[in-house]
Amino acid sequence: MNDVKQLTKRMITMRKLALDDRILLKIEKPARYIGNEINAVYKDKSSIDIRFCMCFPDLYEIGMSHLGIQILYDMFNRREDVWCERVYSPWVDLDGILREQRIPLFALESQDPVKDFDFLGITLQYEMCYTNVLQILDLSGIPLLAENRSEEDPLVIGGGPCACNPEPLADFFDLFYVGEGETSYDALLDLYKEHKRAGGTRKAFLVQAAGIPGIYVPSLYQITYHADGTIASRKPQSPQVPQKVKRQAVPELADAVYPDKPLVPFIKITQDRVVLEIQRGCIRGCRFCQAGMLYRPTRERKLSMLKDSARKMLTATGHEEISLSSLSSSDYSGLPELVTYLMETFRERGVNISLPSLRIDAFSLDVMSKIQDIRKSSLTFAPEAGSQRLRDVINKGLTEEVILEGAGEAFQGGWNKVKLYFMLGLPTEQEEDEKYIAWLADKIARRYYEIPKDQRNGKCQITVSTSFFVPKPFTPFQWAPMCTKEEFLDKAHTVNQEIKEQLNRKSIKYNWHEADVTVLEGVLARGDRRLSQVLLRAYEKGCLFDSWTECFDNERWMEAFQETGTDLLFYTTRIRGKDEIFPWDFIDSGVTRQFLYREWERAMEGIVTPNCRRQCQGCGANAYNSGVCLEQRMGHEKETKRETV
Amino acid sequence: MKIRIKFRKYGEMKFIGHLDMMRYFQKAMRRAGIDICYSEGFSPHMIMSFASPLGVGLTSDGEYLDIEVGETLSSAESVKRLNAVMAEGVEVVSFRKIPEGKASNAMALLAAADYMVRFREGMEPAAGWEGMFDAFCTQSRILVVKKTKKGEREIDIRPLLYQAVRREDGVFFQLAAKSSENLKPELVMEAFGIYAGITFLEYAFMIHRLELYADTGTEGERKLTALEDLGEEIQWNKTEDF
Repeated sequence: MNDVKQLTKRMITMRKLALDDRILLKIEKPARYIGNEINAVYKDKSSIDIRFCMCFPDLYEIGMSHLGIQILYDMFNRREDVWCERVYSPWVDLDGILREQRIPLFALESQDPVKDFDFLGITLQYEMCYTNVLQILDLSGIPLLAENRSEEDPLVIGGGPCACNPEPLADFFDLFYVGEGETSYDALLDLYKEHKRAGGTRKAFLVQAAGIPGIYVPSLYQITYHADGTIASRKPQSPQVPQKVKRQAVPELADAVYPDKPLVPFIKITQDRVVLEIQRGCIRGCRFCQAGMLYRPTRERKLSMLKDSARKMLTATGHEEISLSSLSSSDYSGLPELVTYLMETFRERGVNISLPSLRIDAFSLDVMSKIQDIRKSSLTFAPEAGSQRLRDVINKGLTEEVILEGAGEAFQGGWNKVKLYFMLGLPTEQEEDEKYIAWLADKIARRYYEIPKDQRNGKCQITVSTSFFVPKPFTPFQWAPMCTKEEFLDKAHTVNQEIKEQLNRKSIKYNWHEADVTVLEGVLARGDRRLSQVLLRAYEKGCLFDSWTECFDNERWMEAFQETGTDLLFYTTRIRGKDEIFPWDFIDSGVTRQFLYREWERAMEGIVTPNCRRQCQGCGANAYNSGVCLEQRMGHEKETKRETV
Repeated sequence: MKIRIKFRKYGEMKFIGHLDMMRYFQKAMRRAGIDICYSEGFSPHMIMSFASPLGVGLTSDGEYLDIEVGETLSSAESVKRLNAVMAEGVEVVSFRKIPEGKASNAMALLAAADYMVRFREGMEPAAGWEGMFDAFCTQSRILVVKKTKKGEREIDIRPLLYQAVRREDGVFFQLAAKSSENLKPELVMEAFGIYAGITFLEYAFMIHRLELYADTGTEGERKLTALEDLGEEIQWNKTEDF
C-alpha cells in the first residue's frame, strides 16, 4: 500500500502540467484541469496495454458529480493492463486559449494529449451536451467525422442513456456501448488488446467489435428513407454485423462491483458527497419516463454490501455527506434498515445523510425530522400532472388524497415548505389539466392554513415548478407528438394566470423552464443520423455548453437547421404511425415494442397499469432473468428472499 | 485539546485556493481518523481555523491551522497518519498541542511572515536592478498608494517591512502580518518597480511563504517566534501500541 502511494506520488511529481502557470493563473478555477485529486489513479505508462480516456462532456463540476464515470473509472483501473484517465469540457475561457495557442486537449491524470490514447469514451447523459462532444474531439485534434479518422486516432466510443438513440451522433462516433457498462467492456478491451498486438486495421477491429453484445458500430449500417422522410430500411453492411444490438444490463447487481475509493475533487462540485447506488431500475412504469423503462428490470443491491460500501467510501474520501441514489428509492426493500443504519453509525462522526425524494409517510417524516432542520427543509412531491385524469394517462400513481394527506402530516410535524414538480405538454393534456396544477397547489396551502395559527410556523411556501414534456425513445410516449415552443409557453402562461387567481396565491411561487432548449432536446432525443450535419453546423456556428443558459443561443441553432435544410417539426410535432421504423429500433432494450404500444393505447384510454411488484405486465425485461422479474416468479418465496437481502 | 498543525503547500497545489484548502483539510481529518471536535447545532462544523489564507499561485513551507480534538495519538503518529492521506503537494510538518483559550489562536497571534520572491524564468528585470533594490530598501519612508473602499490612500509601508534581503535566487522579505497591519510581498515589489522604473509583467513573481510568526516580545520590542514553536510535541502513549 505504502509502496503504491510512493510510486503514485513520484508519478505525479514527474509529470508536467499541460498548461503553463500563466494560463492556469489567468483562467477560472484552475483546479478543473490539474488532476491530482484524492483517489485519482496513476499508472506507469510503459507497463500498460490500453490507455482509455473517459470523458464527461460538460464542466468539471458537473462531470465529477456523475456516478457512472466513477464506477467505470474504478472498474477499468482494476485491470492491470488498462489505465483509465479523465477529461471534461474546458470552460469557454480555456477553450479560447487552447485554440489560440494550439494546445491539444489533455487528460487530467497524465496530462498527455487525448489524441495519444487508444480510446476516448464519452458519456452521453443529456442531449444538450452534444455540441460539447464536438468540442472535445476538435480540441483533441481528432477528426470530427469518424470516417476521416486514421489508424493513429483514438477509437471514439459513446455510452450512457442517450446511447439508446445514438443516431444523431452517428457520424462522430466509431462505436457506441448500449446499456450498462459493467457487462461487455472487458470483452471489448480484450479484443482491442489482441487487435493491437496483432496490428490489425481500425476497420477490421470495428467489424469484430460489432459482434460483442451491446456494441454498435454506426458506420456498418446503411439507412434508406421514404419520400416522407421516415426510415425505409436499415441494413448491416456485412454479414458478421448483427441486425439488432442488445442493450446491456447487469444480471446480478446485488453485489456488483462498486468503487471503494471514489475521487475527491479539490473544488466544490455539484454532488460533493458519497453516492450510494441502492438499486437500478424502477417498478413504477410511468409512461413518460425513459429511465423507468430503460433500466428494467429493477434490481436491488444487497443491504450488507451497501453498509460495507458506505463505510469504505466515507473512510476513503472523508466526505461529510452521503446520499442514496436510485429511481423511486422508497421501493428499495431495505430502505428503513439502511437509513437507520447510516444515521446511527455516521451521524455522530459529523456525516450528513442526504435523502432522495421519498414517498411521504410516517417513516420518511420521522427520518427527515431527525436529520434535517424542519424549518429549512422542504417536502417534495412530483405529481407530474395536475389532474387525476392526466396522472392516469401518464401512469403516475400519486393521487391527490395521498399528496394532501402527506402534506397534512408534515405540516402537523412543523414543516411549511412544499415543492411540487409537474410537466406541461403531456399527451391528451387540456387547459383544465393545466389549471389543476394551480388548484392542487392551493389545496395544499389550504390544508396548511387549517392548522390553528398558534400551532403553525408562519406562512407556508409552495413552489410549483413545471418542465416541458419531451417524448423519449423506448417509452410508451415515443409515438407522441411534441408541442411547439409557442404551445409550451401558452401552457405555462395558463398555469401562471390560474395561480394568480387562487386564494392562497401569495403562498405559491411558480417557476417554469425555457421552451427553446426543450424543443431542441426533443429533436435530438428522437432524431436520426441526418441530424449529425445539423449538430456539426451548430457547432461550427459556435454553439457550445447549450445546457448553460448563459451560453445557449437558439438563433444559431435555428440557422443551423435552416442552412442544412432540416425541418425541425419533422422530429417534434409529427404524428408517428404505429409501425414506423424509428431510428433507435435496432436496439433491443428488453422491453418490447408491443408492450410499449399497448401502454401507449392504455394511456390514450386513461387506464392505469399496476407496478411490477403488484403484477407482471410481460414487458419483456424478464429476458434479463434478474431482479424483480425473478421475485415475482418466486411467488410466496418473495417475502423470505426480501428479508435476507 | 487544542492542536496546531503546520504544513507545506507546493507544486500544483498552489492552484487550490484558501476556501478549497479548508474543505480539503476537513475531508483529510476524516480520512486520517483524527478525533476532531464539532460545533453544536443542526449542521455541526469542525472546529478548525487557519492562521492566514494563502493566495492562489503562492507556495509555502509554513502554513498553519488550529483544530480542537477529543483524544489524540502522539505528534509523530498523527503526522504520519495525516501524510498518508494527503494529496501530492501538501505535507504535514508538525502536529503540536497548544495552550487552551482564544488568545492562543494562530490567527489572533499572527504578527509577521517570511517570504521569498523569485522571478519567473525569462521574466527577470534587466541587469542592474540589484543596486536599485538595495537603495530602495535603505529609504526611511516608502509611500504606496493603497486602494480602499473609500478611494485611494497613501501609506508608508516602511515600518511594516521588517527585513528585505537580496539572495542568490531572489529576494527575502520579512513582513508585518497582523490583521491591522498586513503587508503583501507583491505590494513591496510593486513599490520597488515604481521606484526603479521597472515594469514587471503579470505573473512575473513566484512567491513562496517560508514561515509565520507570533510576536512574543515585550512592548516596543519585537521578538518573533514561529507559530509552531508555541506548541509542544505530544509524546508516544500506550494506546498507540497496536
